[in-house]
Amino acid sequence: MTSPLLEVSGLRTVFHDLRGSWPAVNGVDLVVQPGEIVGLVGESGSGKSVTGFSLVQLIDPPGEIVSGDVKFKGEDLRQASEERMRRLRGDRIAMIFQDPLMTLNPVLSIGEQMCEAILEHRVMSRKNAMREAAQALSRVGISSPEARLEQFPHEFSGGMRQRVAIATALLNSPDLIIADEPTTALDVTIQSQILFEVQKLSRETGTAVLWITHDLAVVAELADRVAVMYAGRIIETGTVDDVLDRPRHPYTLGLLGSSASTVNPGERLRQISGAAPSIDARPSGCPFRPRCERALPVCAEIDPAPEHDRGHSYCCHNPIPEGPVP
Amino acid sequence: MIAYVLQRLIQSILVLLAVSIVVFLAVYGIGDPIELLVPPQVSAAERAAMIRRLGLDLPVVQQYLMFLGNALKGDLGRSFVHGVPAVELILARLPATFELVLLAMSVAAAVGVPLGLLAGLNPESRSSRAIMAGTVLGFSLPSFWKGMMLVLLFSVALGWLPTAGRGETVSVLGIQTSLLTLDGLKHLILPALNLAIPNMALMIRLVAAGTSEAMSQDYVKYARAKGVRRKRIVGRHVLRNILVPVVTVAGMEFGSLVAFSTITETVFAWPGMGKLLIDSIYQLDRPVVVAYVLLATFLFVAVNFLVDILYAALDPRVKLIGEMA
Repeated sequence: MTSPLLEVSGLRTVFHDLRGSWPAVNGVDLVVQPGEIVGLVGESGSGKSVTGFSLVQLIDPPGEIVSGDVKFKGEDLRQASEERMRRLRGDRIAMIFQDPLMTLNPVLSIGEQMCEAILEHRVMSRKNAMREAAQALSRVGISSPEARLEQFPHEFSGGMRQRVAIATALLNSPDLIIADEPTTALDVTIQSQILFEVQKLSRETGTAVLWITHDLAVVAELADRVAVMYAGRIIETGTVDDVLDRPRHPYTLGLLGSSASTVNPGERLRQISGAAPSIDARPSGCPFRPRCERALPVCAEIDPAPEHDRGHSYCCHNPIPEGPVP
Repeated sequence: MIAYVLQRLIQSILVLLAVSIVVFLAVYGIGDPIELLVPPQVSAAERAAMIRRLGLDLPVVQQYLMFLGNALKGDLGRSFVHGVPAVELILARLPATFELVLLAMSVAAAVGVPLGLLAGLNPESRSSRAIMAGTVLGFSLPSFWKGMMLVLLFSVALGWLPTAGRGETVSVLGIQTSLLTLDGLKHLILPALNLAIPNMALMIRLVAAGTSEAMSQDYVKYARAKGVRRKRIVGRHVLRNILVPVVTVAGMEFGSLVAFSTITETVFAWPGMGKLLIDSIYQLDRPVVVAYVLLATFLFVAVNFLVDILYAALDPRVKLIGEMA
């Protein structure tokens, strides 16, 4: 097996307020292999976005990364200087943000905003940078890219802006792209176009992708492996087939069950009862226990450690027996 | 764009008309200039002749219409006191005021923008708090007092700078300026500083508020995620966004300083337009006051128009479109 591109272990990111420190990310372990697409799935508030930003050390006060290792190509990013991180960001690790309407600077041209991603990392003339930017735009399916580079964000639709963000992420042929719910703000047809393109580009360029989303259908379509997050930790991870077809953690099963496609027309939509615990009110033991139908007395006492089963791992005292989903 | 300019032009004419009525009536109400203009020993006949010559015997409406008729021909009246056209009198004083204001605004921007950035980037730091506390002082000290204190400190106590007047001037393209002589510059420093301080405070506040807001925006975080250096994030991403409000306020302040730097010009005996206005009001020199206010209005209208055009240059989302178009 090749050495992993990204290896995260025991990552803990807390947010401080006057009453104390609250862990948004609470001991995350995650591995991304070169060229692979990993889906990081969870509800709102599960800590998936904070995980993404923690990987590139973009956590601002009152947030703080307090412990854990983030190894990128063997380099410990938590020990890296701010200048070293700046050199990695946008060059080896690119990011795509959730809301394309907010992430592009409204008063700078698209060309300038793309070029700076190149020129901050490589010595190159502005003209050549513009040419590369135009190539990247046409790669994500934007026509007449030279003219588009002269334009400003408000002249682009949401879907087009997200394509610009993807093109920008591709500019320096990064090893890893962290995409934080990049299709959430877009409508479904645009979403599937973008998923298709990201998958294609990842295959072509050998770029690994960490795709953060709340949408299991997206993961099923796009990813090679999936990690399910709940209350700041990864509670189940494995290949897409393993996790989505043979989930072992009751939460994953609940997520699968609440997808609208599993319900017959006219029937009530299913949902997991209760709500995810807020950051300052996590229960003792297993954080999912209060909502879990399979909870045992031991679940309130001891937080389950991950069980490994041939690349499929889960944190549960009473996992769902093996076999296809009923 | 053409529709926009036309629309603005019509608006401007209406504004000027409204202001002319208000000012004319107000000045008419202040008092009778005859008592001040005519020496007491003059005979009644001479006095009546003078009143007739100045048109002061006519009813106010007729006086206004006469004024308006002349104004349309470009004649805003003759100064009662100096006997020369009012506009000529005012424009002769314009260069002195203009160079003073130009210097003051340049200093305000050159000091205010960097300090504002500094305060906005690290709002919690000790130096930022000191800067922000300083702005409160800059706003609230009255101009005449501050002017006198500057004179006391730099002229009387330290003896570095002259107390009043314009100093030596040279003529450039027929315009007298103090900016190009050492003596002139020495005379400029204190009045310019006096005008600059409140504007500096305003700029600092504006830039600091804009910066701290812009720094929390997603586009800044995104730029960081692209690996953009902090210098560029502040200098390009943030500064470009806060320039729009800064330009607005700077434009408005520029207009108001040119028109109404009366207090500073009085304190420093600076022979500019503001000093002329004060003197004319004391002497009830009606045509000069009316012409002055109309010129000031015109200046404001013009500056605002310029600022709007600058907006379109700074913010790509702004399009100059007339409402009728």
